Amino acid sequence: MSTTEHSEHSEYIDSETGKMGMWLFLFTEIFLFGGLFIVYSVMRAKYGEDFHHGALELNAFIGATNTVVLLVSSMTAAMSLTAIQKNQPKVAIALIFSTLLLAGVFMINKYFEYGHKFDLHLYPGSEVMRNLPKGEIMFFGLYFLMTGLHLFHVVVGGVLLTIVMLRVKSGKINSEHFLLLENGALYWHLVDLIWIFLFPLLYLIT
Amino acid sequence: MNNPSPTAPLNYLNHKTGLWSWMTATDHKRIGLLYLYSITTFFLAAAVLGLLMKIEKVAPGETIMTAQTYNAMFSLHGIIMIFIVVIPGLAAVFGNICLPIMIGAKDVAFPKLNLFSYYVYITGAILGLYSQFANGHSPDAGWTFYVPYSAEVNSNIILALMAAFTLGFASILTGLNFIVTIHRMRAPGMTWFRMPLFPWSLYATAWIQLLATPVVGITLLMVVAERTLHVGFFDPKLGGDPVLYQHLFWIYSHPAVYVMILPAMGVVTEIFPTFSQKPVFGYLPIVFSSLAIALVGYFVWGHHMYTSGMSIESRWFFSFLTFIVAIPSAIKVFNWLSTMYGGSVDLKPPLLYAISFIFLFTIGGFTGLILGAVATDVQVHNTDFVVAHFHYIIFGGMGFGFFAAMHYWYPKIYGRMYNIRWANIAWGFLFTGFNFLYFPMFIMGIQGMPRRYYDYDPQFQMGQTISTIGAVILFIGLIGMISNLVYHVRRGAIAPANPWHGVTLEWQIPSPPPHENFDDIPVITRGPYVFDNPHTK
Amino acid sequence: MENHEESHVTSYALNAKVLLVLLSLTVLTILVIKLHLGAFTVAMALFIASIKTTIVLTYFMHLKFEKPILRVMVGGIFALFAIIIVITFIDYYFR
Repeated sequence: MSTTEHSEHSEYIDSETGKMGMWLFLFTEIFLFGGLFIVYSVMRAKYGEDFHHGALELNAFIGATNTVVLLVSSMTAAMSLTAIQKNQPKVAIALIFSTLLLAGVFMINKYFEYGHKFDLHLYPGSEVMRNLPKGEIMFFGLYFLMTGLHLFHVVVGGVLLTIVMLRVKSGKINSEHFLLLENGALYWHLVDLIWIFLFPLLYLIT
Repeated sequence: MNNPSPTAPLNYLNHKTGLWSWMTATDHKRIGLLYLYSITTFFLAAAVLGLLMKIEKVAPGETIMTAQTYNAMFSLHGIIMIFIVVIPGLAAVFGNICLPIMIGAKDVAFPKLNLFSYYVYITGAILGLYSQFANGHSPDAGWTFYVPYSAEVNSNIILALMAAFTLGFASILTGLNFIVTIHRMRAPGMTWFRMPLFPWSLYATAWIQLLATPVVGITLLMVVAERTLHVGFFDPKLGGDPVLYQHLFWIYSHPAVYVMILPAMGVVTEIFPTFSQKPVFGYLPIVFSSLAIALVGYFVWGHHMYTSGMSIESRWFFSFLTFIVAIPSAIKVFNWLSTMYGGSVDLKPPLLYAISFIFLFTIGGFTGLILGAVATDVQVHNTDFVVAHFHYIIFGGMGFGFFAAMHYWYPKIYGRMYNIRWANIAWGFLFTGFNFLYFPMFIMGIQGMPRRYYDYDPQFQMGQTISTIGAVILFIGLIGMISNLVYHVRRGAIAPANPWHGVTLEWQIPSPPPHENFDDIPVITRGPYVFDNPHTK
Repeated sequence: MENHEESHVTSYALNAKVLLVLLSLTVLTILVIKLHLGAFTVAMALFIASIKTTIVLTYFMHLKFEKPILRVMVGGIFALFAIIIVITFIDYYFR
């Protein structure tokens, strides 16, 4: 039984296999948010007017800024893959670092956005929120749950990309073996994808 | 590593020894055994709970427990059986042990992830147990956690929800691993349609695990948010919609029924050709019916909700699709029977269990049609009829499928043989007890005995007593079967590599299999069920 | 074994172009909302979001250069989700 072919013995997982695993994982993420989108669509059909009033409370400017931030970060993540494939690890590190910086900007924006809501005592369970019309309670409930879960994914993606960056630095990820970078970038694009839907559905309701 | 004695060739059981080597094992067969032992433990615990519930019902009024205890017991029985035993059950145990061997691979695609999902599973299981004994009341909202009750009641619902969430995560990871394994790890020459049918059923199952579980995950999280943050997605007092909870819950939990039953169908599909020494009848129809069940099974969730206030159009739609999903199941039954027809049938314990699977599954399936039709469902909804129906499907189907798999692959797993006579007798007890236990519940259900009641009117005395006697017989059979298997792990006669003259790949390697299954990856040149061994003619 | 299939390299320029398209679509979304098209607003916003999603999947996530099986899977996933939404609304629409 002296085999070196087996994945258990190889430091690197076959890249097609690893990528397929990542895609399947992304499918589960899509259905995780999918459940929330089902609740959103049913509730919006029921409380269209209240959702509109709720959305007016949200800061569409911050929402739009964050959309741009995430789109640009998605591009830098995609470019880092190009860089590592072209055997330019320094460029790759710089690009991943910019992705992380943009993730930081996104979180800072979110901090101010949430902070403002808390100043207005608009948070789940607060006295102010309990006295709102039912549809608006629902809207803010969904708003906090959906953006909160998304924010959690931003944090996880940030941690993942930090690990990727360190591995590129140490040479463990290189122009021959870059599966982890590819998967990390895929995850980051998913974070972007979800925001593409969250932005018009939460911030821009007429 | 110990030096092997010359008489005992190295295999996956003894190539490394010690507790630590088991706890850190990435060998798919060892992980399968870890699941087997955990699941058996939980199964026995929940079976005892079931027995206690039946003893409570031996006479009207309070017999051995209060109503509140009874509520907690059926909740715990349901949560353990569904989330910890039946949903992971066959896929995690026999899927892990057999899938890589049957497709000619040395392991699953991600062995470490496989071990990780076992620990996620154990964490979820412990959380589930903890929810029973932590401060406060043990959860009493049933395994379905219907809101608004589950959002309001003062018991450890959050812990139980987190347990279900965690267990779901383990199930997702197992499914993910299997899909990638089947896509990427098949031996050279093993095309999709040369793959045995148990892997096919696992493939269909894995997709359901992957795509349905996240929906229930987020739903359970929403109930947690509802209890902790007072948001009220489902609570009508806060503007929510309790029927929406049921939609989301059943979007997962109905496909989950197919997570339970599809691998069991796969198991018996392996057993019938082997014990008839005849190629399986209708390979392609079986493959496509598995895929059809998985696909259509997604779209029938509403048949759990006919009485919940859905629109008429919706009820019509779900009822129609429910009848559609019966077709692929029936196709399989015909295929199994035709496989046995004209074969040299060898009535060994695995085949006994497989045949009783068909019997019980058919009864469960037909009564399912009564529940799937809107008009009749309104009559029997939330009665013992439903309980009997899903026990015929889940216990009679998945349970007996599991026992069949256990008796079929036991000599492969341990390299020893159990006592066949003993196994036959235990089967007799199990099968008899099962029907005595659950069949009266159909009749009582039609007469109006509600489910989840710890008490009943005197008119049900007869049926309830028969049912309790059945439960005792069943339990004796269970103990008999398990003690036979446990006793012979070390003391059984040495089993040959291929005791049943099977033709799929797992029978072509030694028993127990070596650590990485194959010294050289086999090259497959033909379909899985070609019987040309000398002893068959 | 290691997989030495040459994987496709997306050029920096293409990535930048894709970003430009995505940004213009974002601006378009905001404009559509400002126009107050009534009932069509949501539909338009979702339609543009789907285009953006497709672009991200195709170029940033390299779906264009992957094996067909992955494309089939991704398409199937979104179709499945759409069907689930439609079926749920068979209940809510007629209630």
